[in-house]
Amino acid sequence: MAVLRMRDALREALREEMRRNPKIFLMGEDIGKYGGSYAVTAGLLEEFGEERVRDTPIAESVIVGAGIGAAMAGYHPMVELMTINFSFLALDQIVNNAAKLLYMSNGQINVPLVIRMASGGGSQLGATHSHSLEGLYAHFPGLKVVCPAFPADAKGLLKRAFRDQNTVIFIEHTANYGLRGEVPDDPDFLIEFGQANIVREGRDVTIVGYSGSVHQALRAAEILAEQEEVEAEVIDLRTLRPLDIATVVESVKKTNRCVVVEDDWKFGGFAGEIAALVMEHAFDWLDAPVARVCSKDVPMPYNRTLEYAALPSEEDVVDAVLAMF
Amino acid sequence: MATRERTRKARSREQRHDYLLSEAQLEEMYYYMLLARRLSERMLILNRQGRAPFVIAGAGQEAAQVGAAMALERGTDYLAPYYRDLAMNLVFGMTAREAMLNVLGKRDDPNSYGRQMPAHWSSPARRIVTQSSVVATQLVHAVGIALGARLRGEQLVVMACCGEGATSRGDFHEALNFAAIHRLPVIFFVENNGYAISERTEKEMPVPHVADRARAYDMHAAIVDGMDCVAVYQTVKPAVDQARRGGGPWLIEAKCYRLWAHSSEDDDTRYRPRKELEEWAKKDPITVFRERVLADGIFPREDLEEIEAHVEEEVRDAVEWALAQPDPAPEDALTHVYKEY
Repeated sequence: MAVLRMRDALREALREEMRRNPKIFLMGEDIGKYGGSYAVTAGLLEEFGEERVRDTPIAESVIVGAGIGAAMAGYHPMVELMTINFSFLALDQIVNNAAKLLYMSNGQINVPLVIRMASGGGSQLGATHSHSLEGLYAHFPGLKVVCPAFPADAKGLLKRAFRDQNTVIFIEHTANYGLRGEVPDDPDFLIEFGQANIVREGRDVTIVGYSGSVHQALRAAEILAEQEEVEAEVIDLRTLRPLDIATVVESVKKTNRCVVVEDDWKFGGFAGEIAALVMEHAFDWLDAPVARVCSKDVPMPYNRTLEYAALPSEEDVVDAVLAMF
Repeated sequence: MATRERTRKARSREQRHDYLLSEAQLEEMYYYMLLARRLSERMLILNRQGRAPFVIAGAGQEAAQVGAAMALERGTDYLAPYYRDLAMNLVFGMTAREAMLNVLGKRDDPNSYGRQMPAHWSSPARRIVTQSSVVATQLVHAVGIALGARLRGEQLVVMACCGEGATSRGDFHEALNFAAIHRLPVIFFVENNGYAISERTEKEMPVPHVADRARAYDMHAAIVDGMDCVAVYQTVKPAVDQARRGGGPWLIEAKCYRLWAHSSEDDDTRYRPRKELEEWAKKDPITVFRERVLADGIFPREDLEEIEAHVEEEVRDAVEWALAQPDPAPEDALTHVYKEY
């Protein structure tokens, strides 16, 4: 075990997987000498060379599309798209091609591709850098969607992504890159997809989150415990597709209350999916309607005061929990 | 008679030298062009009978397609075709029966097993990669396939095809730019048939030729008469050979003409002057090829008639056989969303 920042844990995962599997190569804007926009790939060019760490022009569609082509030809590329908002430039390649080629070819062509991107607000990056759209990608069958909240998970899940035969959308929260945590250095350390993690045990309410919102949920849980004598159980989903709803349902059957926290917009967002699933599977155990704590219905503003006003806060989570009692 | 026979043979040898193609290859050209056309005609009939929901064909583009595909090494090179490229796929080994299964959306259609619209050609074993209905998206895949081949040290060429309409899309430009930067072995083969559904080329692009677009990418480019199968082969073959040796990508524009409407759902009388169509119909690549090889005495009329009879029988068999094949079952809709880990 070593204490690593999230970006270092991600880099360790890339390094170990590239050493293990010569079919893995990386493509993206500024991932070489520059080391990546969030310094995840720093140093990899020096170790693996330009053939395996390839800087690309600013052309998201060909970055993903060439990744798809190389995957079809037997490689396992990773492409980096800087931020989730920029991934829209490649949405056709991701949704109409990467997600569908296996189905459209009746199982003949699969696309083992890892697409990494950053998401999330709180870093003052404005409306075209900062949204949390994990749920959007989770909507598409054919894609797997991974969104770690902790350095160890980031490493174990990213390594696992390179063992998958499908396209994995790997989404990292910008506010988490500097987050430190203990990370196993075992090269076989993998975290299976579709396994939510109970990051705090409690008996009174279940708070569900993923990526950045797990940390809001944990801060809210501390406030609830210290000030309100409410013990919250906090669940980190870790992957949205496949989704481990069983862990959530089991927890709700114990706590009888459920709050979903996410940085995405509420209307049509992933929190609504969790709420619907909890009602389908645990309706009779609920003492209150499932609550959702999400972003305000506005594009993300730049000014810090405005940005915090748009994002859900731990106070919002606390209020949502207390309203259930 | 004997003298005439000798003259014919002598001329034939001369012509063969000009073509740089063997008699067998010329026969192959005629066979594939004709097979594609006859299959497409039967597909359209099946559509009008209510048996094939949708048909999109390449009538008028067969010479471009066959000439280009024959310049590739089958089994080694990759083909990323577009939806009009039936003839190319036939050259790459797709059978008439398979093409008919495809247009009927049958359970055993090897292209997609009834999952994609017809004419989204695919056969991994033959190195044909499928495409989306969004035009030009296969061009960026071709770049990736070439990149993979480069990493593996394989000397192969990827031919990526589209119509001239697709060259206005960002994917076309992103693919050319990327391929040119890394000098990847990709032949971008554009079949300029004059129309993007109803829009004429002058409404699609400000430059007179698609090939002009190559200049921005410092890429080799060529324009060829796409109604002339031999000329297409002779233009594409040296480009393929050069790309295989590491000479970088090519943009080749084959000027051809869409002799039919855009698809079975289209009525082209709304936008296309009949006179223009009649003029181009006189240049029908299959008729022109037939007349030329006959006039040049490449092979006797009986040889051509033999090919024609063979194609008729092959198409008849394919239709009859494919119609009798099973449709997919409802539960077949649910498989192959994810590949097992």
